[in-house]
Amino acid sequence: MQLFNIFKKFLRRLFNKKKHLKIGLYGPPNGGKTTLANRICQDWLGEDMGKVSNIAHETREIQIKEQIHIKSGSKELSFNLVDTPGIATKIDYEEFIKAGMKENEAKKRAKEATKGVIDAIKWLDNMDVVVVVLDSTKDPYTQVNLTIIGNLEARNIPVIIVANKIDLKKANIRRIEAAFPQYKVVGISAKYGDNIEEFYNALFEVA
Amino acid sequence: MIIEFIQYSEIKDLSSLGRLRKLLKLAKDNKIVLLEGRLKPQEEAELIKMNMEEIDDEFKGIEFAIIDPSSENEAVWSKFRTKLVNVLLGYKPGFTIIGPASIIKEIKQDPHKIELLMKESEEKKKKGKK
Repeated sequence: MQLFNIFKKFLRRLFNKKKHLKIGLYGPPNGGKTTLANRICQDWLGEDMGKVSNIAHETREIQIKEQIHIKSGSKELSFNLVDTPGIATKIDYEEFIKAGMKENEAKKRAKEATKGVIDAIKWLDNMDVVVVVLDSTKDPYTQVNLTIIGNLEARNIPVIIVANKIDLKKANIRRIEAAFPQYKVVGISAKYGDNIEEFYNALFEVA
Repeated sequence: MIIEFIQYSEIKDLSSLGRLRKLLKLAKDNKIVLLEGRLKPQEEAELIKMNMEEIDDEFKGIEFAIIDPSSENEAVWSKFRTKLVNVLLGYKPGFTIIGPASIIKEIKQDPHKIELLMKESEEKKKKGKK
């Protein structure tokens, strides 16, 4: 199996060499996709990419940051970073009202969020590498996670799974490794930058 | 609450989109659907997309889960043999559960079991408050 993966990677590199890869950040809402996007952009461009919030579905449109160039020793990688809205199977505007929003604002957010999910799924076909960002304090064995990863597998898109929020007490990277044993899982705290070097090394390996 | 069991033979002649529309319509009618067989990954993504298009003030979306009995650790020959037998007998392994998010709070799953957590009805909530 390992040999087969190496062969697949070799073929992909041989026939699919692109000047700028598209690296997509995917996952359920509130996993920390935009926090990771901001971390990458701060580290290599010195600026933020998007706004983060504790209320779900803060990112409701595809965000793209072009020409990010990262380096580590002799390794270099240029890519366009695509931050996507969190994928969900249900969106209830009343949840936003409970979080303190007015009814009109909550309904508008829910409508935009549904469109965001559709766009995120449509964009899957455009990605060269996908980083699936999961909250390591939560159960990873959800249908949304299985659907995202199943679709990436069906499309032969290389995947890195990020177990985010390892700075929190309840974080459990092993649970994510056990749920998706066939993938590289990197535990990080996008908020504080913990273990971010390992994440960049994983990008060099997979891209 | 109504649980509707659908045999694969009932939907096998429908197109992929037709199958998803049928499943989604049942969920919108407040039914929990238990479908024989599993959806393909692309169909799962398509189901999420179609479901998002249907969400409004009344319909809040769905919860769904797929139970796949095939094991990742199964040997290649054994997997091939199982698939061949399934094709010959017309058997679709696995189950797909779909229900409205207004009724199903959460579906907890691991490779060996599945748990449906239902929402407390508004009437019960009111009674509880009294």
